[in-house]
Amino acid sequence: MQVAITVNGVVHERDVDPRTLLVHFLREELDLTGTKIGCDTSQCGACTVQLDGKVLKSCTLLAVQADGAEVTTIEGLAENGEHHPMQTAFWENHGLQCGYCTPGMIMASAAFVRDNPGASEGEIRHYLEGNICRCTGYHNIVKAVKQVADAAAGA
Amino acid sequence: MWPNKFDYVRAGSVDEALASAAGGGKFLAGGHSLLPAMKLRLDSPEQLIDIGRIPELQGISANGGLTIGAGTTHDAIASSADVQAMCSALASACGQVGDQGVRNFGTLGGNIAHADPASDPPTVLVACGATINIQGADGKRSVGAEDFFIDLFETALDDGELITSVSLPNCSDCQCAYVKFPHPASRYAIVGVAVCLKMDGDTCAQADVAVGGATVKAVKCADAEAALAGTTLDEAALNAAAEAVKADIAEDLIGDIAYPESYRQQMAGVFLKRAIAAAQG
Ligand SMILES: Cc1cc2nc3c(=O)[nH]c(=O)nc-3n(C[C@H](O)[C@H](O)[C@H](O)COP(=O)(O)OP(=O)(O)OC[C@H]3O[C@@H](n4cnc5c(N)ncnc54)[C@H](O)[C@@H]3O)c2cc1C
Ligand code: FES
Ligand code: FES
Repeated sequence: MQVAITVNGVVHERDVDPRTLLVHFLREELDLTGTKIGCDTSQCGACTVQLDGKVLKSCTLLAVQADGAEVTTIEGLAENGEHHPMQTAFWENHGLQCGYCTPGMIMASAAFVRDNPGASEGEIRHYLEGNICRCTGYHNIVKAVKQVADAAAGA
Repeated sequence: MWPNKFDYVRAGSVDEALASAAGGGKFLAGGHSLLPAMKLRLDSPEQLIDIGRIPELQGISANGGLTIGAGTTHDAIASSADVQAMCSALASACGQVGDQGVRNFGTLGGNIAHADPASDPPTVLVACGATINIQGADGKRSVGAEDFFIDLFETALDDGELITSVSLPNCSDCQCAYVKFPHPASRYAIVGVAVCLKMDGDTCAQADVAVGGATVKAVKCADAEAALAGTTLDEAALNAAAEAVKADIAEDLIGDIAYPESYRQQMAGVFLKRAIAAAQG
């Protein structure tokens, strides 16, 4: 089936098998391998992207469902060669170890802080329950998100 | 993981969806129950009829009661001021479904059609006396929530029938709440309890109670309701209701190695007390 999906600002028209998951479309059709596949069972959040600004596990949606939509992946977060503040905060707070969960963590956290500037540590921990990290123990991830949330609220 | 091959059609209206369903297959709403099952090859429909873009299935209207389109997402329900005002327990239950990604795409219609025993919204729909509005090739019909849920993953829906909306009475004068004991990994309900209390001063004139998660389907709990009605919800009444609810669900219990039936049954009593406290809070 013919689809037109805008990814990181560029329209991609492709003929896809309807059973193609969005994550396969991104990684295999478009070579955007920043988005990871972790569990492949909708639990871990490694595949998190934003679809029309909403957080989505891209292993749990067909590419044909995203026809006409705008998708943002980790590759599309930086602007004019400058990291997104969430990317910088993960860097500064050492919010990653192996890095496998990081693209999903950052896509989810960036959407969260956009909608909830000034979020508390408790709110951040609660929100990130859909993103699993096997390495960090979460503390530095939460620190990174809190830094951006505080800055967004002008604190 | 790739699902098996299927034909994909996108329906633009309820009529188109029903016409396509005559050819077999399954409706695809948010895909957040169906696609995981298809990826594991637990399900392999030959045709998927995408109902995700049908305008008639979207949105929430409030006049007298609530009517929620089947295609409305958990997130839209949880954040709706009308739902918060008229059935705060449903807003709360939808806000406790999975995580934000699931709530952004999973829909109320898909959730209840799937009828996972560990789901949250069905428990509230049963407690609050919701009506499920259905359309099929033979026309429209409505089924009370208590009759809609039949067993594990089994509902009153016939093949090819579509849920169009869910109606709820206005609960703004009641004290209602939904509390859940979430599975630590999946966040699905091990036990979920919904209560809707109609108070007359300090006395509970009527109590509606339903339990899910612990049971094959959401169960209305008449004995617990009787133990609460006419009381001031004092400690003796709460203890009696917590005992009674165990009998209400005894026939329908489910369990697993980590959370056996007897444990869930006990927790239903504990969570009933918490739900009443939350409703009064
Ligand atoms: C990681 C994860 C965690 C979750 N946690 C929870 C939780 O804690 N609590 C909870 O309650 N749920 C939970 N869910 C399930 C979630 O609520 C699903 O979104 C929901 O059950 C299905 O909605 P959907 O729109 O995605 O339906 P789909 O997956 O598209 O469809 C599900 C089934 O319903 C049928 N269907 C869909 N719409 C209709 C309709 N209008 N009429 C007739 N049939 C229809 C489909 O044919 C299919 O058989 C979780 C899901 C995931 C992936
Ligand atoms: S790979 Fe999609 S949620 Fe884990
Ligand atoms: S940094 Fe390794 S999984 Fe999170």
